[in-house]
Amino acid sequence: MTTEVEESVSTPLEAGPATYAPEEPGGDVWVLNLGPQHPATHTTLRHVLELDGEHVLSCTVHIGYLHSGFEKLGEHLNYNQYVVVTDRMNYVSPMANNICWHHACEKLFDIEITPRCKAIRTIIAELARIQDHLLCVGAAGLDLGGFTAFMYPFNAREDIYDLFEEICGARFTTSYTRVGGLMQDITADWHRKVKSYCTDVLPRVIDDFEKLLTRNRIFVERTKGVGYISHDDAINWGMTGPLARASGVRRDLRKDEPYLCYEDDWDGKGTSAVDFKVPISRLGDCYARYQVRLAEIAESIRIILQLVNDIPAGPINVLPDDKMALPGKDEVYFSIEGLIHHFEQIMTNRGHQAPVGEAYGANETANGELGFYLASDGGNSPYRARCRPPSFINYQCFPELVVGHKISDVIAVLSSMNIIAAELDR
Amino acid sequence: MSELSHPVIDLLVRQFPGVDFAPAPLLAKKNKSDEQMCVRVGPDRLLDVMTFLREDDSCCFEQLCDLTCVDYLNFPKARDRYGVVYSLLSLTKGHRLWVKCFVNDPSPEVPSVFGIWKGANWMEREVWDMFGVRFAGHPDLRRILTWEAFEAHPLRKDYPLQGRGERENFETITRESA
Repeated sequence: MTTEVEESVSTPLEAGPATYAPEEPGGDVWVLNLGPQHPATHTTLRHVLELDGEHVLSCTVHIGYLHSGFEKLGEHLNYNQYVVVTDRMNYVSPMANNICWHHACEKLFDIEITPRCKAIRTIIAELARIQDHLLCVGAAGLDLGGFTAFMYPFNAREDIYDLFEEICGARFTTSYTRVGGLMQDITADWHRKVKSYCTDVLPRVIDDFEKLLTRNRIFVERTKGVGYISHDDAINWGMTGPLARASGVRRDLRKDEPYLCYEDDWDGKGTSAVDFKVPISRLGDCYARYQVRLAEIAESIRIILQLVNDIPAGPINVLPDDKMALPGKDEVYFSIEGLIHHFEQIMTNRGHQAPVGEAYGANETANGELGFYLASDGGNSPYRARCRPPSFINYQCFPELVVGHKISDVIAVLSSMNIIAAELDR
Repeated sequence: MSELSHPVIDLLVRQFPGVDFAPAPLLAKKNKSDEQMCVRVGPDRLLDVMTFLREDDSCCFEQLCDLTCVDYLNFPKARDRYGVVYSLLSLTKGHRLWVKCFVNDPSPEVPSVFGIWKGANWMEREVWDMFGVRFAGHPDLRRILTWEAFEAHPLRKDYPLQGRGERENFETITRESA
């Protein structure tokens, strides 16, 4: 447990659960349906609010409008094919899902990926975190009426899409990872573009946020003390990620269960883990969540800059001998061994021979702990592919957060939680 | 058994002498310290064991990280059909433990752990929805991802990938009848 804590710079405000009680219980109560199609719910969520005037007395959440059977599909696709489905889960940061899926697969197969692959995956995982936080922080402004704060970071998000397009050819549905490696190596100039993006563009965006939102009186007053959850409740409700850390929970999988380059000696040559801090706030309200996310963007930039200068040379995939990674296209097209190896991997009655057993692999993604619980019966596709979706588990305490507040605060709380319905419903 | 490296399992065995926990890793690994330990408990003792794991000072599993289910219908060497899998996490101790509770048809039912971890609320509803395993004592056990009139439990292994025509035969409301 080496979590370094950076205390939030804001002045502590008396945050606590809202304590509204109606003057006449059972009096003039009316019911309002919010969603499933409403601009402020961002995606398809439905809340049934019981209101006394403007105050929320109770909230019932109905989800499932985007349920697409992703876990059922996982039982019929093989370990490389399913990465396409993970793109569609948290589509705001698809790279993080790709990495987590294959992290879990590699736990099941018990293979260690190459140092170059680890460094590249860490860089794109952090870019995905930035991508996700930029949207969430911007949307927190948008939902409270500040459209500028939403549009400014979108320019910077566009650049991340360009960076992803350059390495994998797709902007949204990246599907970049494979079992034991990556789809293809990064392009020759990519790391320089990432570096200039992190040194030139992102600091300006953070500056913009500081000016637009951090001390914006409307924003601060709409978010401070709103949607409070205590440290113990956050743990008990299963919260992870920035939401939990905004309530003072010292938990970050990158520090507590390190993987990729967050682990010491990740390249086998004694290189220490990347150096970063885990921002934590104790306020537990919407403003604290905004602050934690903004501070995490700055830490992600630090991580990327440590790695991007010397990405280790060497192969991106594990050795072809144990039939885990697909061979490169030049081998497939120009050597008979490569062609055979390729066919062995992709034919439906061959493919990966997984061990019989179960494995759980989890990563710290922008929304919290994203995990996959894989059960394998030895076939070339999982027997069960459970996704532990952070949105789903974070979202269940939503009624607790909004009861007692006013109806406009419901929107503020909702946008601070960054619920992605495709991941919520899967 | 030699691989009982997990700090909690000895405590469990001492606390509940009559229970056969059958501790084993989820999957045998090359590196023993990477193994994820799993114990099994019957539904009758589940709440006692879970309460102990939550409250005991050496266990301290403050968080229910995940709750899911696996339908072991045609799984090699499986004896029971539904395995409800609890993934517990201790933030203070930094360890994890998986607990499996096996139940069978015709009426699979396990006690709800909502009283211990509130986070079980939606996860238990999801398992009921997807697998048809009931959770006794859950305050609000409704379907969560499918709709109330839906009858099947789609993640069961005997439910076809294409569905049973629910999508094609979905009831549509016309303007006249509404």
